[in-house]
Amino acid sequence: MVNKRIDEATGTETVGHEWDGIEELDTPMPRWWLWTFYATIAWSLVYVVLYPAWPMVEKATDGVLGWSSRGQLAEEMSVADLAQAGVRERLSRIPIERLPDDSALMAQAVAGGAAAFKVNCVQCHGSGAAGSQTLGYPNLNDDAWLWGGDLRAIEYTLVHGIRQAGHDATRTSLMPPFAGVFTPQQMDALVDHVLSLSGKAESGPVGAQIYADNCALCHGPQGGGNRELGAPRLNDAIWLRGGSREAIARQVIDPKLGMMPGWGERLDPVTIKMLAAYVHSLGGGEDFLEVAENPAIQVDETP
Amino acid sequence: MTTPSNLPDDKDLANEPPDVSATVKAHKKIERNVTLLAVGTFIAVAIGGVVEIAPLFWVDNTIEEVEGMRPYTPLEQAGRDIYVREGCYTCHSQMIRPFRDEVERYGHYSLAAESMYDHPFQWGSKRTGPDLARVGGRYSDEWHVQHLQNPQSVVPQSVMPQYGFLLETDLPIDDPAAALVALRRVGVPYSDRDIELALNDIVAQADPDVDPGDLAERYPKTQIRDFDGNPDRLTEMDALVAYLQMLGTLVDFSSAAAQEELAEETGR
Repeated sequence: MVNKRIDEATGTETVGHEWDGIEELDTPMPRWWLWTFYATIAWSLVYVVLYPAWPMVEKATDGVLGWSSRGQLAEEMSVADLAQAGVRERLSRIPIERLPDDSALMAQAVAGGAAAFKVNCVQCHGSGAAGSQTLGYPNLNDDAWLWGGDLRAIEYTLVHGIRQAGHDATRTSLMPPFAGVFTPQQMDALVDHVLSLSGKAESGPVGAQIYADNCALCHGPQGGGNRELGAPRLNDAIWLRGGSREAIARQVIDPKLGMMPGWGERLDPVTIKMLAAYVHSLGGGEDFLEVAENPAIQVDETP
Repeated sequence: MTTPSNLPDDKDLANEPPDVSATVKAHKKIERNVTLLAVGTFIAVAIGGVVEIAPLFWVDNTIEEVEGMRPYTPLEQAGRDIYVREGCYTCHSQMIRPFRDEVERYGHYSLAAESMYDHPFQWGSKRTGPDLARVGGRYSDEWHVQHLQNPQSVVPQSVMPQYGFLLETDLPIDDPAAALVALRRVGVPYSDRDIELALNDIVAQADPDVDPGDLAERYPKTQIRDFDGNPDRLTEMDALVAYLQMLGTLVDFSSAAAQEELAEETGR
C-alpha cells in the first residue's frame, strides 16, 4: 500500500496511496511560500518580545519597546502641539484685547479658528457662517450681534454658551410668550410698528402703545435692542428668525429662544481664542470701545 | 484495496520507522471514532478560547476604572432602544479610537468602561456618519430635533434619512421597568428603587412639570428638561434626544493627570 514511486510524466514522487488506480502526487510547496511562512513564524516570535502580547494575571506582557496605542497617541499629540507651540504660547499670553495689534499673530489665530470652526460650528452656523433664518441660527458675517461683537464678548459667548443648562455664567434671557394677550387687530398693529422701526411699514398709535408697554423695555424705545439681555435690534434689516409679518407675529406669540452650548469645557482656551478671532474676522467684528477710546487703558496682561 | 480509506493498514507500516507507525496508528484511531474526534476538536478550539478570551475576565485593564459611569436612566434607555431599532449603528459608531485625527475631531478616545452598561454595545468600524460617542452637549436640543426631522436642513451634504415621525410617535411607557429588570439580569446595577420608580423617572425627565424626586441623585448628571420642543407630549423624539445628549458626558476627562495615567499604561 505505501508504494511511493516517481511519476513518469512529471518526475514527482507520489504520496504512496492508491484508490481504484488513482494516485496523488506529493508536489512540494513552492519555496517562496514555504520561506515566507517560516519568516512569519520568526517575526511572530520577535513581535511577542517587542510588543504587548501574552495576557498575564494583571495585564498583558509589556514588550521590551514599552509601546502602547495610547502612549503613541500622546506622543503624536505632543509632537503636533510642539509644532504649534510658538503660536499657541503667544496666543495664550496675549490678552484678547491686544490681539488685533499683532496682525501676524491675529492672522494665525484666524487661520486656526477657521479650522476649528469647520469641526465644531458649521453644523449650526453653516460652513460659510451664514446661519439660517428658517432654523434660527445667527448669521456671523453681518454687523448684528445679539450679545456683543467685540473679541472679548465673542470669546465669552464661546466659553459659556447661550442658555446652556446648568451653567451659571452662561448668557441667558427669556422673552415671555404673548400667546392670547393681543387681539388679531392689536397684533397687526404691533407688527406694523415693529416693521416701521426699520421703515418697512406705517406705524399707528395702537401699535406704538403696545410696543411701548410690552417690548420697549428690552428691545429699546426705538428698537435698538439690548446686548445685556441678548434682545435683538428690531430697527435694522437683519432678522434672526425671519422678517415677514407671519414670522414676526409667530415670534411674539411663541418666541423661540436660541441655545448655544458652552465650549469652555470642550475646547482649550487657545482654540477658543482662535475661534473668537475667526468669527470676529468674518466681517462684523467690532472694536473694543474702551480700548479704542482710551489707548492708555489697562488690560489684564496675565494669560 | 478494500478499506474505504487511504490510511495504511497495519501490514503496510512494517517497513516504516517505529515512531511513524505509532503516529499513524493513533491518528487512525481518532479519525475513525467520531466521539474521540469531537473531543479532540473541542480541546483544540478550547485552547484558542482560553488564550484569547479567558484573560479578558481577569486582566485588570480590560475595563479601566473611571469615575462617573452610571446606568442609563429609563428615558435614555428608551432612547437607546429607539437608536438600536432604527439601526443608527449601521452608519454611526460610538467608539473614538486613539488616533490623533479622531481625538482632534471627536474628543478624548473612548474607554471600555464607557460601554460597560451597554447591551448591546454600539462600537463599530463603519462610519457613514460621524462617531457619536461624545455627541452629548455639542448641539442644542432644537438642533437635534431639526436634524432628525430633516438632516439636510442643517447639514446640506448629509445622506441621512429623515426621522420626523419620532416627533409624532408617543413613547410607549406601558412598562418601562421591564427593560431595567432585563438589564439587571445581565449585570447592570439598577437598584430596586430605580425599578420601582421607572415610570415616574421616564416621564419626569422630559417633563419639567412632573416632580423628578431624587432622579438626579440616583442618576448623576441626568439632564432633566423637555427635549423635543413639545412639553405636552412624551414622544420617541424626547427619548432619542435625551439619549444623544448624554452620550459621552458622564466621564470627566478634563483632569490632565487622568490622561497622563492612561497614556503611560503599558501592556495594552
